[in-house]
Amino acid sequence: MKRLWRRISEPIIELCIRLSGIVVVIFVFLIFLFLLRYSLSLFRHSPLGRFLFGHQWLPISDPPQFGVIPLLLGSVLVTFWAVVICVPLGVGSAMFIAEVAPKAIKNVLKSFVEILAAIPSVVLGFLGIIWLGPVLRDTFHLSTGMCGLTGSLLLAFMALPTIISISEDALTGVPRSYREAAFGLGATRWQTLWRVILPSASPGIVAAVMLGIGRVVGETMVVLMVTGNAPVIPTSILQPLRTLTATIAGEMGETVGGSEHYYALFAVGLVLFVITFIINLIADLFLRRARK
Amino acid sequence: MNEARFKQNVAFTVLGALTLLIVIPILLVIVYVAINGAGAISWSFLTEAPRNGMKAGGIFPAIVGTILLVIGTMLFSLPLGVLSAIYLVEYASDNLFTRMIKLSVVNLSGIPSIVYGLFGFTAFVILLHFGTSILAGSLTLAIMSLPVIITASKEALESVPFAYREISFSLGATRWQTVRYCVLPYAIPGILTGTVLSLSRAAGETAPILFTVAAFYLPRLPRGAFDQVMALPYHLYVISTQVPNIPLSLSFATALVLIALVFLMNLVSIFLRAHYRKKRLW
Amino acid sequence: MVSEPVMQTFGLNCYFGSTHAVKNVSIEIAHNEILGIIGPANSGKTTFLRAINRLNYLQRSYSQTGEILLGGQDIRTINDNLLRKKIGIIFALPQVLPVTIFENVAYGPKVHGITGKETVSRIVEEALKKAYLWEEVKDRLQEPAVRLSGGQQQRLCIARTLAVEPEVILYDEPCSGLDPISTAKVEDAMQQLKADYTQILVTNNTKQASRVSERCAFFLMGELVEIGPTHDLFTKPQDTRTDDYITGRFG
Repeated sequence: MKRLWRRISEPIIELCIRLSGIVVVIFVFLIFLFLLRYSLSLFRHSPLGRFLFGHQWLPISDPPQFGVIPLLLGSVLVTFWAVVICVPLGVGSAMFIAEVAPKAIKNVLKSFVEILAAIPSVVLGFLGIIWLGPVLRDTFHLSTGMCGLTGSLLLAFMALPTIISISEDALTGVPRSYREAAFGLGATRWQTLWRVILPSASPGIVAAVMLGIGRVVGETMVVLMVTGNAPVIPTSILQPLRTLTATIAGEMGETVGGSEHYYALFAVGLVLFVITFIINLIADLFLRRARK
Repeated sequence: MNEARFKQNVAFTVLGALTLLIVIPILLVIVYVAINGAGAISWSFLTEAPRNGMKAGGIFPAIVGTILLVIGTMLFSLPLGVLSAIYLVEYASDNLFTRMIKLSVVNLSGIPSIVYGLFGFTAFVILLHFGTSILAGSLTLAIMSLPVIITASKEALESVPFAYREISFSLGATRWQTVRYCVLPYAIPGILTGTVLSLSRAAGETAPILFTVAAFYLPRLPRGAFDQVMALPYHLYVISTQVPNIPLSLSFATALVLIALVFLMNLVSIFLRAHYRKKRLW
Repeated sequence: MVSEPVMQTFGLNCYFGSTHAVKNVSIEIAHNEILGIIGPANSGKTTFLRAINRLNYLQRSYSQTGEILLGGQDIRTINDNLLRKKIGIIFALPQVLPVTIFENVAYGPKVHGITGKETVSRIVEEALKKAYLWEEVKDRLQEPAVRLSGGQQQRLCIARTLAVEPEVILYDEPCSGLDPISTAKVEDAMQQLKADYTQILVTNNTKQASRVSERCAFFLMGELVEIGPTHDLFTKPQDTRTDDYITGRFG
């Protein structure tokens, strides 16, 4: 009797295992499909071109305008400045942690990075409203501290753990023989780091940066809370703006299911999905190259 | 001091300064929240419901809600994630399909949290008629947590020595028997560590629960899995942006509780990792 | 009296990717004999051995052509799990599971569905006795197996293989990590097992082959160069390559 149970249960378990393997693929497809389907409902009313290239995002005007350019540019601008800040900081720190810091300090630093990774984004958004926003407003004499720069600074902070840990992996993954060869030729540690290790680790570091960018582009709460609420084409980082993510989060509650506005937000989601998909694809390619 | 040495000292100092530029703000953030929030933390704050439109009272329902969401997320993501990892490590062959699965895991981890919220809303709240509920929120967070659990489980499974599998097969065991008796038991520490880490992230997420579960002001405890619930991250978001004239100490206290909860889970994960590394059998 | 061979291979070729590890080997193995397989490193001995219980298929790049028969039946028609129950293997380095001594030996019967504390205990005791290990461990069956010495662990591996009642036992350089005393104990066990089991011993140690086996096969670079009664192979080999290897001109 027990042998019969074993004969039946095992193929069932193995079937569950095999199905679980596919589940991940299914979810990616499903998410894409859902976004696509609802986006297509929008494109039936207002054509794709007007969505992708339209300069105005006015969901409550009459007739409503759903041009994604202001949001896209908002995301791009915030991301750009965040990257400018966090890449030198992150890669520099990774270099310090991997190659310069003595062992005891290295572990402490890595713990700090883990702590940073654990801080929820909503807490950083909260601090942006309470502290960073007012500070920037007073420093730059702005009318409001809820602007793109506040977002960029906080986003840079949030992307650091990703960039630091993957870059650090890339740097420590460089074979010892490279270092020993350089030392053997009389190079200092810095020369070795700058001329040998860094170039050798560059695929991994590029991957780290790309993943950091992906993280920044996809972040919602921070930008929702601190970048202001102005879905217009941004002229400066010191002004309020709107990102793709904040638009969905902020406006979803105000839409009516089945309305054009509702579908438009899905279209924005689709744009986000495609952008992060491409970024992740590129990052993965670089990671593979790094592993070789 | 020769020129190369001098350059090195400058360079290393710059790198150190950059690192400090990161470390100091981390410390400041924690200290700032702790100092400003600790004052409002009291037993009643943690165990009472909010009153007066959230301007007074405690955050008990939000704490309960977050814990319930974490449990729900674990119930869905842990079995699915571990089984997927078992498939990838023990059953899958080296073909295009397997690479597609691995690529999907990477992609899933890169999808913005708000897109998960959209998906969860359409799939679970609307299509499956779960309504805004703990169930819908947990399922959404579970899908989001899958990549982390799968990756951690994969590493844990791959670290079990191949010899164990070889012994088992050579005695005539089936693949599942080999996994069940000779691999899985020894991978559990790594799986557990990764799961707790993934859950600590889920606890702090706001975007996926915005439209799928979170309630604005629900001072009572949930009545079941299909009920709405308050949650700490959402609560902090709402009182920071949509409730005027709330005493700032309450907001700081909420932030502090959220950070404390997430950090606690992280510490558990780190403790598990260290504990099992000592007990390692190989 | 000619008895049916217990195993036969016909034109066996083994490939790992494009590497041709075993080339066209045809051998017959008689009941209850101890067949020695000697040859330098990389000669295909281990690959040949592991082809017999299909363990090579654990490597994803492996493929083979040719036939292997067990008791006249093509082993491809036998379920892998059943095949490996009938053909046990002892690896070069003693590999034990990180559980107790008892559980190590009891694992085989467990996966084949044998339950019942009494039955399993009896099987474990018999297996340990046949492997010449019972006296040394009978009072510490609940201790972790990793605490045993190398030689004891290797005999534990023999015991665990015996616990599933095989017909054939394969040995892949089983004494390579052992001291002379442990080696002698393992060789003793092999001699005693001769009565009930057929054994194939792959070894780098020509002296061991001449001590233990009755027939011997010499492999070189994947080919079966020569096979015959051990005494003849060692004293009057028919192929110069065999002679060169045995006299130590290469090794």
